[in-house]
Amino acid sequence: MKRPFEYIIEKLIFLSGIASIVFVILIFVFLLKEGLSLFGSYNPFAFIFGKNWYPISDPPQFGILPLIVGSLWVTFGAIVIAVPLGIAAAIYVAEVAPHWLRDYLKSGIELLAAIPSIVLGFIGIVTLAPWLKYLFHLPSGLTALAGSIMLAFMAMPTIVSIIEDAIVSVPKSYREGSLALGATHWQTIYRVILPAASSGILAAIMLGIGRVIGETMAVLMITGNAAVMATSILQPVRTLTATVAAEMGEAVAGSGHYYALFAIGIILFIISFIINILADMFMHKK
Amino acid sequence: MVENNKIIVNDLNVWFDFEPAVKNVSLQVKKNEILGVIGPSNSGKTSFLKTLNRLNELYPRSKTTGEVLLDGKNIFTEIDKHLLRRRVGIVFALPLPLPLSIFDNITYGPKLHGLKDRKRLEEIVEKSLQAAALWDEVKDRLHSLAFRLSGGQQQRLCIARTLAVEPEVILYDEPCSGLDPISTLKVEEAMKELTRDYTQVLVTNNVKQAARVSDRTAFFLMGELIEIGETKQLFTIPRDKRTEDYITGRFG
Amino acid sequence: MNDTLRTEKIAFFCLLIATIVVIIPVALILTIVLVRGLSAFSWEFIFAMPREGMRAGGIFPAIVGTVYLTLGTAVFSIPFGILAAIYLNEYAGRNWLTRTIEIAIINLAGVPSIVYGLFGLGLFVTFLGFGASILAGSLTLAIMTLPVIITATREALSTVPNSFREVSFSLGASRWQTVRNVVLPNAIPGILTGTILGLSRAAGETAPILFTVAAFYLPRLPLSVYDQAMALPYHIYVLSTQVPNVSLKIQYGTVLVLVGMVFLLNIVASVIRSRFRKKKTW
Repeated sequence: MKRPFEYIIEKLIFLSGIASIVFVILIFVFLLKEGLSLFGSYNPFAFIFGKNWYPISDPPQFGILPLIVGSLWVTFGAIVIAVPLGIAAAIYVAEVAPHWLRDYLKSGIELLAAIPSIVLGFIGIVTLAPWLKYLFHLPSGLTALAGSIMLAFMAMPTIVSIIEDAIVSVPKSYREGSLALGATHWQTIYRVILPAASSGILAAIMLGIGRVIGETMAVLMITGNAAVMATSILQPVRTLTATVAAEMGEAVAGSGHYYALFAIGIILFIISFIINILADMFMHKK
Repeated sequence: MVENNKIIVNDLNVWFDFEPAVKNVSLQVKKNEILGVIGPSNSGKTSFLKTLNRLNELYPRSKTTGEVLLDGKNIFTEIDKHLLRRRVGIVFALPLPLPLSIFDNITYGPKLHGLKDRKRLEEIVEKSLQAAALWDEVKDRLHSLAFRLSGGQQQRLCIARTLAVEPEVILYDEPCSGLDPISTLKVEEAMKELTRDYTQVLVTNNVKQAARVSDRTAFFLMGELIEIGETKQLFTIPRDKRTEDYITGRFG
Repeated sequence: MNDTLRTEKIAFFCLLIATIVVIIPVALILTIVLVRGLSAFSWEFIFAMPREGMRAGGIFPAIVGTVYLTLGTAVFSIPFGILAAIYLNEYAGRNWLTRTIEIAIINLAGVPSIVYGLFGLGLFVTFLGFGASILAGSLTLAIMTLPVIITATREALSTVPNSFREVSFSLGASRWQTVRNVVLPNAIPGILTGTILGLSRAAGETAPILFTVAAFYLPRLPLSVYDQAMALPYHIYVLSTQVPNVSLKIQYGTVLVLVGMVFLLNIVASVIRSRFRKKKTW
């Protein structure tokens, strides 16, 4: 009964639907294909827990612990900055700001989201890093802290908009009930609304973490270039993402270095997979 | 007596989301009659109505057992559902014009089924609008947006739209619930005119409307068919006490 | 009572400060880029080929490369993104397959951009043998943009009232006819907005194109999809980190061009969104 065109297009529709699953699997497979080749000749534990990343020495050492530490410093710093600011800004926009201001603020935050990360990295190099160097009397401003600050701003739009949505979807009755009992607006916010929006806040944090861990270019440009274990946030570091970006250009295809970088890719993929599943769970937990 | 009956319903059960909405209903709809269906809300009237053209299948997790015969053929197994919906049209409770011009609203159906000839389409538009008693009011602005019409006009437009695909049966789901009395009157007059060529089933919350318009009336309560008969008889000497209670307004 | 009100005033003031801290840098960054970058603008800067190892001349090939890549991304991601959204909203039932697809989309959206770069390198450049090329770069960016397009299209489709669909079905339309004649036409503005926003993000990405297409200096413009290309994000990266003695003016100028392109797309999307919100007849 169906005309042939309709039959074909409906098949295409179905195939497009499952394409996403296909791509996720494909990405994982290709990462595994190249990355697992490392572990034929290199101990996986030495990979994950090794303290030395010397990929071009002889013999090469592929310990990614300093890189993990670098990623952790930068992420931790970014979250510490972004979450409180993000929650505060979200509350302000959703609950406190006068109506006429609200749209401008939301546009401003959308504008922040639209700036490409390479531009933020560039601004970081030319303005933020020299300033940090001056402020903290450092040999160089290219540090984990610089990365954290820029990344905090990159994650901000995501965090603010998710928390704002969560606040707005708290049922009116909660609000009215609290005010009716004599609480002030602020008391209602931190006693009633924020707890009610907590799963959204958690989801925002998770997605913020995901955004930050996955960022590549900005961290590559401003966290310095030291693949060593950092002991403070004012030291230069190297993140997992930046390492891949910086070194793949020089790694010979098929060499241990090449496979090691893909292996880092596997780790990154798994981390983002877990974070996204968790975030989705929090979003749907009502 | 298939010849006299347009639709025969045998032992129909309909579930939505595992909740029974229509229970063991059997009845016949005679050719060219207006069958009124009355009952309080949640009595299963609309679910029953929408099963007659298989629109219930649009709702996920809907299940039906039993048979419905249109001219002797089972609508679930022997008739393609798209063809069925052309033969059995429906007018919904709220006027639902598509966001198109009056002309395009009416030609939407015929165009779906492959009609392209401009002249033929124009004929269909005029014929349908005449039959719905709307032609005179809109003939000069066929290409303006349907939304600009008043509620009553929109509802008659929907009737015209349904007529444009040349159905044999027209179902009405509380068609006048949002309309003022004058528009309601116009719709009811249109229905009486249409009886010549169409079989009609009218679900209504308004008992008096059923009394005015329908030849026979069926009373539904909690998904079951309680009583069905000639309108005059049902309204004066109903057989079942529940029917009498509903008609006299003791509940509903 | 005075105490709690005073607490509220203080609290709200802190919230305001926090919001300002979030917003002010945006204005600052844009102003700096505009002011310092504009001084680099000239006809030559935009339309000429680079000279002296990129220290003089223009960035035309990088602009062209970015345009090609964005077009390529559009070609590969838009049709499949829209069809996938149609599948999820109009055809799929509530079952495990649908849920799996949704989880897959969320994950595609969260994969780090450098991992896309690795994926593009592994699949398109190496395994399929396209080499570093506009083709490989576009395909990589397209898969990365897919979740954005799917999500935006799904939202646009859901704003079409269900009653329209019911009316269409009641007149005997098939599901595809309903989608094509009633749902899609009314969802187009939302789809356009979301698509353009997705493409503007693809235009600004660097990591996915590092190993799949980008080159720092090419003597001429790319002539086929198998050619490598220069691209603005990559150009900015190399200019600011790897080439010595490049004047800051040129760097800011390049940044301004990229920001300008991205913002132009954003503005177009916003205009479409607000114009159609006004014209909406339902």
